[in-house]
Amino acid sequence: MKKTPGPIMLFLLLCIGLLAIFPLVGDDFYTELITKIMILSIFTISLDLLIGFTGLISFGHAAFFGIGAYFLAIFFQDAEQINYWWALTLTLSGTALASLIVGWICIRTSGIYFIMLTLAFAQMFFYFFFESPHFGGDDGIFISSKPDLSIAAEELVDLGNEHHFYYFVLTWMVAVYLFLSMVLRAPFGYILVAIKANEQRVRALGYSTQYYKLVSFVIAGTIAGLAGFLEAAHTSFVTPAYLSWHESGIAIMMVVLGGMGTLFGAVIGTFAVVFLQDLLPAITDHWQIIMGGIVIAIVLFLPNGIAGALYSLHALLNKKGLAKADADD
Amino acid sequence: MNGAPPIIEARKIHTYYGDSHVLHGVDFHIDAGETVSLLGRNGMGKTTLLRSMLGLTPPRSGSIHVDGLECTGASTHETTRKGIAFVPEDRGIFPNLDVLENLTMASRSGPAGGDDWTLKRIFDLFPRLHERRDHMGNQLSGGEQQMLTIARALMTNPRLIILDEATEGLAPLIRLEIWEIVRQIKATGIASIIVDKDMDALLPICDRNYIVNKGTIAYQGKSRELLENPDLCKQYLCV
Repeated sequence: MKKTPGPIMLFLLLCIGLLAIFPLVGDDFYTELITKIMILSIFTISLDLLIGFTGLISFGHAAFFGIGAYFLAIFFQDAEQINYWWALTLTLSGTALASLIVGWICIRTSGIYFIMLTLAFAQMFFYFFFESPHFGGDDGIFISSKPDLSIAAEELVDLGNEHHFYYFVLTWMVAVYLFLSMVLRAPFGYILVAIKANEQRVRALGYSTQYYKLVSFVIAGTIAGLAGFLEAAHTSFVTPAYLSWHESGIAIMMVVLGGMGTLFGAVIGTFAVVFLQDLLPAITDHWQIIMGGIVIAIVLFLPNGIAGALYSLHALLNKKGLAKADADD
Repeated sequence: MNGAPPIIEARKIHTYYGDSHVLHGVDFHIDAGETVSLLGRNGMGKTTLLRSMLGLTPPRSGSIHVDGLECTGASTHETTRKGIAFVPEDRGIFPNLDVLENLTMASRSGPAGGDDWTLKRIFDLFPRLHERRDHMGNQLSGGEQQMLTIARALMTNPRLIILDEATEGLAPLIRLEIWEIVRQIKATGIASIIVDKDMDALLPICDRNYIVNKGTIAYQGKSRELLENPDLCKQYLCV
C-alpha cells in the first residue's frame, strides 16, 4: 500500500477530529445521516480491498452486507435482549462462511466472468430473501431490540442512544481502516497488490494466487457483513433491497469516485455520494442528471478519484516548495 | 555427473499455442550448479520451452520432471516452490509496489530451508537497488528493473534461476553489470538457464548450450565446441 504522505495523514486526522466533535455541535438529523454514511464507508472500504488492491471487481458485494444484516434479523428479531458479542460473532462467522463459498467458486474466473458470477450470486441471495415469506419476504424484518453491549453486566455503550451509536460506528470505521492498512502493509498485502498488477508473475514467484484472492474475498465479505450488522442494528430493520445490485453498483461508484486503492478514498467517496444524494434533490427534481454529470466529470478529470487529487495536490505543493527552496539558495 | 537427477528436465515435450504446434518433442535438462544457455533466433521456441517447464503453457504431450519426479501439469507455483526462480522477458516488476516491497513480497526460504539471501546480501550485490529502495517499480530504468527482477528471484533462495532475455534492450554498460551479476550468482553454486543473444558474453559463462531451431533442439554441447564451430552459429544463430 502506498504510504500516506504526512500532510494527507494530517488531513485525515483532522477529518476524524471533526467527525468526533460533530454530534456535540451538529444537528441530530445529520448525526444520524453521518452514522449511516460511516456504516456504508465500512462497506465501501471492504470493497476497495477487492477492487483497488486485489483487482477483483465484485458486482455483488452488497450480498454480504445484506447477509450480515439478515443474520442479526433472523436470529434475534424477537429477542428481548440481544447479546452484542454473541450476535456479532454469529454474524461475522456467517458472512465469512458465505463469502468463502461464493469466493471459492468466483475466484476461478477473472475479468468480466468474475463480475458476472458475483452479480449472479448476489441476485440469487436477493431473490432468496425476497421470495422467502419465512424471512419476511419483500417486507423485510423488524428487530425489536438493540444489541446490548456489556462486559460483565456493565453496559459499555447504550446502542439505543443515537449519539452513542454514532461514536460506536466511528470507532468501528477507524478500526476497520487501521486493520486493513495493517494487512496491506504486510507481505500478504504486497502479494494482493502484485496480483492486481500481474497475476501470472506472482504465480511464477511461487504463490498460489487463488488462495490469496480467496482470503482477500473472505476478509472483504466479512467486513461487509459487519457493516450490514451495524446497519441492521442502527435501523432495527432489514430489507432484501440491501442485497440488490443497485447497492453493489453504487458502492463501486463510491469507491471509484473516492479513489481506488487508498482505503480512505472509499470513505471520502461514500461521504461525497451520500451528501450529493441528500443535497441535490433540494435543487431540482432532475437531480440524477446532475449526479451523473458529476460522476462523468470526476472520472474524466480526476482519474484517480478524489483521493488521487489529494495526492496530486500534495505532489504539486511539494514541487513548489522545492522550487522555492532552490530559489532561496 | 554424480548420478543425482537433473533439477528440471523436459522429456519429448510438444507444446501448442491453440492450433499452432510450437515445440516438437524437445528434450532438455539442467543439473545442479550448471549454467546452461538457450540459443536460437526469435520465434524458435526458447521462451515457450521455459514456459512449458514452469507450467505457464503446459505441454500437450511429453513430461516434465523436477529432481527426477514427474510434475507434468503441476501448477506454476508448485513447480517454482521447488527452488526454481523465473526472470521473464518482460521483467514483470510490480509497478504499484516500491523496490523494497517488490523484494519482501518474494522473500521465502529455499526448498531445503536455506535462507542465505537476506535483504542485506541483495543490497550488497545490487547497491543501486539500495539507493532506489523507496522508488515505485515504474520509476526504475530498464536496467534497474532487470536488476530488481533478478534480486527478487534471489529472494526466493532458489537452486535454479531462469533468465529469459537477460540483457535485451539494455545499455552496454548496464549489460556488463548484469553479466557480472550472473557470474557472481554462478559462483554461489546456483544453477542458471540463460536466454540471450549476446553470444560473446554468454558462451564463456555457460557450461552447456542448447540451440533451439523451429521447435526442436538442433544442437547441444559445450561452449568450446560451439566456439570452434562457426558454421553452427551461421546456420542457426546469425541473422
